[in-house]
Amino acid sequence: MTSLPAATQKRLGLVIDLDTCVGCHACAVNCKEWNTGALASPLADVDAYGADASGAWLNRIHTFEVTPADAPAQIVHFPKSCLHCDDAPCVTVCPTGASHKRAEDGIVLVTEDLCIGCGLCAWACPYGAREMDPVENVMKKCTLCVDRIYSDTLPEVDRIPACVRTCPSSARHFGDFNDPDSNVSRLVTERGGIDLMPEMGTNPVNKYLPPRPKTNSVSRTDPGRPAAACQPAAPRADGFLGWLDAALDKLG
Amino acid sequence: MHPAVSVIFFTVASGAGFGLIFLLGLGFPVGDGALRAFIVSLAGGGLAVAGLLASTFHLGHPERAWRALSQWRSSWLSREGIAAIVTLCLFGLYALVWMWSGARPVLLGVLVALGAATTVFTTAMIYAQLRTVPQWKTRLTPAVYMSFALASGWLLASALGNHASPEPWGIALVALAWAVKWAWWVRGGRARLSDAGSTPETATGLGFIGKVRLLERPHSGENYLTRDMVHVIGRKHARTLRVLALLLGAGVPVAILTITALTGAPAPVNLLAALSMLLGLLAERWLFFAEAQHAVSLYYGKR
Repeated sequence: MTSLPAATQKRLGLVIDLDTCVGCHACAVNCKEWNTGALASPLADVDAYGADASGAWLNRIHTFEVTPADAPAQIVHFPKSCLHCDDAPCVTVCPTGASHKRAEDGIVLVTEDLCIGCGLCAWACPYGAREMDPVENVMKKCTLCVDRIYSDTLPEVDRIPACVRTCPSSARHFGDFNDPDSNVSRLVTERGGIDLMPEMGTNPVNKYLPPRPKTNSVSRTDPGRPAAACQPAAPRADGFLGWLDAALDKLG
Repeated sequence: MHPAVSVIFFTVASGAGFGLIFLLGLGFPVGDGALRAFIVSLAGGGLAVAGLLASTFHLGHPERAWRALSQWRSSWLSREGIAAIVTLCLFGLYALVWMWSGARPVLLGVLVALGAATTVFTTAMIYAQLRTVPQWKTRLTPAVYMSFALASGWLLASALGNHASPEPWGIALVALAWAVKWAWWVRGGRARLSDAGSTPETATGLGFIGKVRLLERPHSGENYLTRDMVHVIGRKHARTLRVLALLLGAGVPVAILTITALTGAPAPVNLLAALSMLLGLLAERWLFFAEAQHAVSLYYGKR
């Protein structure tokens, strides 16, 4: 059923600390490793060792530059995975019932056997949390390591999501947001946890802890911003679209 | 957004098909005879079915497409599938009765028309429901889809019929459709992500510190998100395509209808008007996707 539950017993999710994240990508790598060998189909890559590597990942680490009005720019590493929203738009748009939010713990999951790979859930998600698997042709997303957190066989210490387990700087925390005394609830209260894009009305469960204020050192001269040299070249169309591109170029 | 050819063809073709079915259900005069009934019904049903089939090429697992009929309570895509199938079944029955008896059952026809209108509306709502694409999230989106379906359906109906339909009606419908689209374009220019209050600052929650700029992507190459939703190359010819859309979609059809009306040229001449409009709509639909800004692009330093 792709209608959302009115409320969930638990609200399991992550707290991500932007103050301590060092941008090492270890969480993303361990996520990929675990979810490639886990219960569902592998998280596939295409041309993994070639020039045009591409594949499905459930966790991506962006790096942003934030420039205050009166201080030097600072770098913020920004891990991003599914936020397991209370009002998850990716669930209600699903035509097959593959995408669903569990009433018991609030985890948003995709039943791969039901997924037709229409991609509408990925369109409905403002956070880019869903990626189509290039081999299985079904939608993949963070499962909050549902096969770890409820495991009977893993050691107790490993019964947390792979990204949390592996983070070397304790920037990721896992817990129940419905419990006001849980580690995640306390962190959110103490550090002023925030929602991403609240204007989208998704009510994400995952919260982000903002970077702590920087101590202001003596301002040096701005060495100038690096040019946009790291931007990839604009993709080029070939074949029929290439011909159409050239023809339209001539028109105007 | 990535303008997928299958989805562009689907929305244009099935729009025209269901527009034609809508008019036939309401008793649009196309002349007598079982053969005539067969041809116009085949055109309407064929375009609708061809569009729906094209849309399944967009799926990762077309063989599971039937599962999409189950979630009508929450999903516009599911509702669309059901509306399309119910309408086509009713229309098939309508066409059979029509060909068999020569009479067009009024009540069934009204149901067919209602079904066709519902189908086009639900198609549009698949896009109009998405908060992540502010340019799409407006009541004008279903208005655009429905008025284009009606106008292109009218052109086909008049071309395949026996000229019992006065051309000024067609001109009025084409003009109305483009007036709605013009309003959509004007709104679209003022309904970008930043107008909806979404910026790199809100996307990261870092706006309280200062201006936010992407320094480094998470991955060196492209991924599903950048290919499907951070697709900006399709905007390269936006101006040219908009002129082409207006020229082929509005200018040429209106000119042809005017000539037909003034000279009394045979009805099939209007087929040129219909084909031209469909070509124009392909360009319009390309821009509908290519110019749309998706919220996830904020995480990739683009709009």
